[in-house]
Amino acid sequence: MAEIHQLLKRADFIFINDNDWENILLKTIQRPKQELINELISSELKGRGGAGFPTGLKWKLTSEVHSGKKYVICNADEGEPGTFKDREILTKVPYKVLTAMAVCGYIIDSDEGIIYLRGEYQFLQKSLEAAINEFNYYTKKIALNFPIQVFLGAGAYICGEETALFESLEGKRGEPRNKPPYPTTSGFRDHPTVINNVETLAHTYTIFKYGAKKFYDLGVQYSRGSKLFSVSGDTPKPGIYELELGMSLYDFVDEFGDGDTKAVQVGGASGFLVPRKKFNETAIGYQGKLVGISLPTGGSMMLFNSSRSMYNVLDNYLEFFREESCGQCTPCRVGCQQLLAGIKAVKRGERPASYLDKLLKLSETMQLTAKCGLGQSVANSFASIVENFREEMIY
Amino acid sequence: MKIMANSINITINGIALSVGAGTTILDAAKKVNVVIPTLCNHQDICVAGNCRVCVVEIAGQKRLSAACATPCEEGMDILTNSLKVRNCRKHIIELLLSEHNSDCTKCYKNGLCELQSLASEYKIMTQDFIELFRMKRYTIDYYSPSIIKDDSKCIRCQRCVRTCAELQGVNALTVAHKGDKMKISTFFDKPMNDVVCTNCGQCVNRCPTGALVEKNYIEEVWEAISDPKLHVVVQTAPAVRVGLGEELGYPAGSRVTGKMVAALKRLGFDSVLDTDFTADLTIMEEGTELLTRLRKALKDKEENVALPMATSCSPGWIKYIEHMYPEYLANLSTCKSPQQMFGALAKTYYAKARNIEPERIISVSVMPCTAKKFEAARPEMHASGYRDVDYVLTTRELAIMIKQAGIHFAHLDDMEFDRLMGESTGAGVIFGATGGVMEAALRTAYEIVTGREIPFKNLEVTAVRGMEGVKETTITIEKPLPEWSFLDGVQLNCAVAHGLTNAKLAMDAVKNGTAKFHFLEVMACPGGCLGGGGQPIPTNAEIRKRRAAAIYAEDGGKPLRKSHQNPEVIKIYQDFLGKPNGELSHHLLHTTYQPRERF
Repeated sequence: MAEIHQLLKRADFIFINDNDWENILLKTIQRPKQELINELISSELKGRGGAGFPTGLKWKLTSEVHSGKKYVICNADEGEPGTFKDREILTKVPYKVLTAMAVCGYIIDSDEGIIYLRGEYQFLQKSLEAAINEFNYYTKKIALNFPIQVFLGAGAYICGEETALFESLEGKRGEPRNKPPYPTTSGFRDHPTVINNVETLAHTYTIFKYGAKKFYDLGVQYSRGSKLFSVSGDTPKPGIYELELGMSLYDFVDEFGDGDTKAVQVGGASGFLVPRKKFNETAIGYQGKLVGISLPTGGSMMLFNSSRSMYNVLDNYLEFFREESCGQCTPCRVGCQQLLAGIKAVKRGERPASYLDKLLKLSETMQLTAKCGLGQSVANSFASIVENFREEMIY
Repeated sequence: MKIMANSINITINGIALSVGAGTTILDAAKKVNVVIPTLCNHQDICVAGNCRVCVVEIAGQKRLSAACATPCEEGMDILTNSLKVRNCRKHIIELLLSEHNSDCTKCYKNGLCELQSLASEYKIMTQDFIELFRMKRYTIDYYSPSIIKDDSKCIRCQRCVRTCAELQGVNALTVAHKGDKMKISTFFDKPMNDVVCTNCGQCVNRCPTGALVEKNYIEEVWEAISDPKLHVVVQTAPAVRVGLGEELGYPAGSRVTGKMVAALKRLGFDSVLDTDFTADLTIMEEGTELLTRLRKALKDKEENVALPMATSCSPGWIKYIEHMYPEYLANLSTCKSPQQMFGALAKTYYAKARNIEPERIISVSVMPCTAKKFEAARPEMHASGYRDVDYVLTTRELAIMIKQAGIHFAHLDDMEFDRLMGESTGAGVIFGATGGVMEAALRTAYEIVTGREIPFKNLEVTAVRGMEGVKETTITIEKPLPEWSFLDGVQLNCAVAHGLTNAKLAMDAVKNGTAKFHFLEVMACPGGCLGGGGQPIPTNAEIRKRRAAAIYAEDGGKPLRKSHQNPEVIKIYQDFLGKPNGELSHHLLHTTYQPRERF
């Protein structure tokens, strides 16, 4: 059982600032590329944005594509409700992210890095650009051709989706593209592109600094390493915590709850709601062959106590999705409107309680047919809330 | 990198087949006669994959994939009609209907709507979902003289947006807002008559529902016909005769000229005449204008002679150049389009010859075009002292009238156009296809200059025919008549563009000096008028090719093939106009243009 749930363990890698990025960069780009890729693969680092794609594989695939131009993009469009970790990273340790981007550029043969910064994070732009100036100055000094620039988004949630982000970067309307082709072969301006979350890049810095083993030793099988959690809601100690992956939600609530925790939303509005009775069987990590439920997260952990109406919570999420859907594909655009109008109608007694089942089927269709992750994941919170708190939806 | 095999083996609904790399599931399914429903997909424009109606199940994958946007991969086992697919597809159609104004019986596209036929196919009998469209406010934009845009019927497939951007490069229609408020909009949501829209109607041709339709003038025309005091003349454009049949049960590319004339007479028009006649007249005027400009440039060595001279038959193109290249308005031929020449003559020459007071004449035109509706409404088009063309019908509207009148089209005996303005040559007919005006002009101009026929087999200038975006050819003038000796050995560079994206290519080449054209033909619509915004729906490359073949067959079958041979054209110059580009011509047959804003 030790591999299944592990105790809540603090880790402290990301925010440690040894001011050694110049050394790390210089040392790392002198190592063979293949060695670095292998290091990354053996660390089993998975994307920290929430989707959990193996980072080493992503870099490897992109490095294998022959192309005159490649891009490294840092996805700092941190828009998921309840996450606020990336902005801390960019405030406190921006050099780790910049270094990681440059190393990635070295590995995949890219000579250009872009940070796509969330529109609402405009206040970060100045300090980030100051850091970039210093960084670009250093890379020039060591004759590493890898200028980085910041691009400010305009505030659409959907632009956190990687292909919508490319569209937005290209100056177009932020709408997700059809996949395939994937960014590894055809991303920004149709060139091969590595696009990683801010935190993912910060973790690669850890890996290149200490070696893969140090990272791999944290966490449990399939969910290696540590992760930043944005803890919010009904908790006496909201904030950002770096924890090893694999802890049970029970332990998490034990640590962060206010003693009256009714449910936890894992992974933000597009994640899952876990009711109290399932705390014990739920682990936080990527889906593996673990016993029980294992929930991935981009880091958002929202705690709700018994004073909260889960109907209101769901209503709030759906209103968010209804507005933040890009609107191009039918299941997402109309589906979100229907789900919201549907729960309202049930609540008002205009539709029978059994209409919730029709809506559950609809959310399943959205999951199966929507064009991108946004529409596909609306069903996560919808189904987990409606199924676990059905009576709150009706009465 | 994955090695792309030339042949990929897949199965669709258990049927094994091999396809080339990059083939989409949708195209693969067509090969084995499996129909996958689509809405946002259209052969003329890029793949969007946003309606999700075409989703299919791929064994081993949890999620469904859009058949139009997913390339086949080796070993794929695809199901297009599994329970999972059916349930999802039905859900998606229901969702679209819940957001759609489903008042079908009162819709102009009733019976022709792709969403309606999908709903009927899947027997969507109940509306379980909440009727969202009743909870929202929608606007219906009636402002354009050509196109009605009704947002309550829009399913956001973005076909119109992609058409406007890719085929036409106009971008009058774009997507605005997001989520539930996402809509197809114009610049700052201005009405359609106030934006860069060229009224070409290509969006109307591709809209799957009734969200974009032509503004129809059917009732107005019926009223005029029924009024005994009025004399209603009708003209029919060259491309109508090769398109009309499609609306009335004929395969694409059927020539129904004689039956069309018979049907128009049965509808009650007092005189059935031919736009081809004024097409021939256009050649006389435009050809003379071109030769005059060449004389000024080459012989008189005048500076600032606007070359290349660009054709002015296509009202979509005219509005496009007014918006996008206002500095090149002098390059446009001052000739009116054949429709407007006809209109001006109907209430002057025709009225005089038939001894009818012009105020009693109602002039109707049947056009393959929605922009012609706008053109007829331009304020300067009152040369006769009245509005030159009163009503413009599209090919589709004429078909509706024929059906309303209870005419069994297929059983009609062929009839001839009425005289005076009903005679035409093959040169007038080919105005309906891209390159046609160029070819017709060359046939006449070359003969005027050299006294000999243009040296091509059967007079066919094949270099300007066909569906290539921008066609260029050079004609060398040899041994001209003494009057035209300055043209001896001159190489006349001609270019033909169709579709406004191609027009942009040609104009940019002119603008940056990489091309030295003398004569430029532009048609706003792909394939020329035969692919016009008023032509039967659907349209695609194959259909347009067949219509073009029909146009050239019509030309080949004409006893007279050159505009200057048209006896009625010769007669009108003798009896009425005097000479090409003469004073009366200038008054009636030529026009001016105005610069417009870029948005």
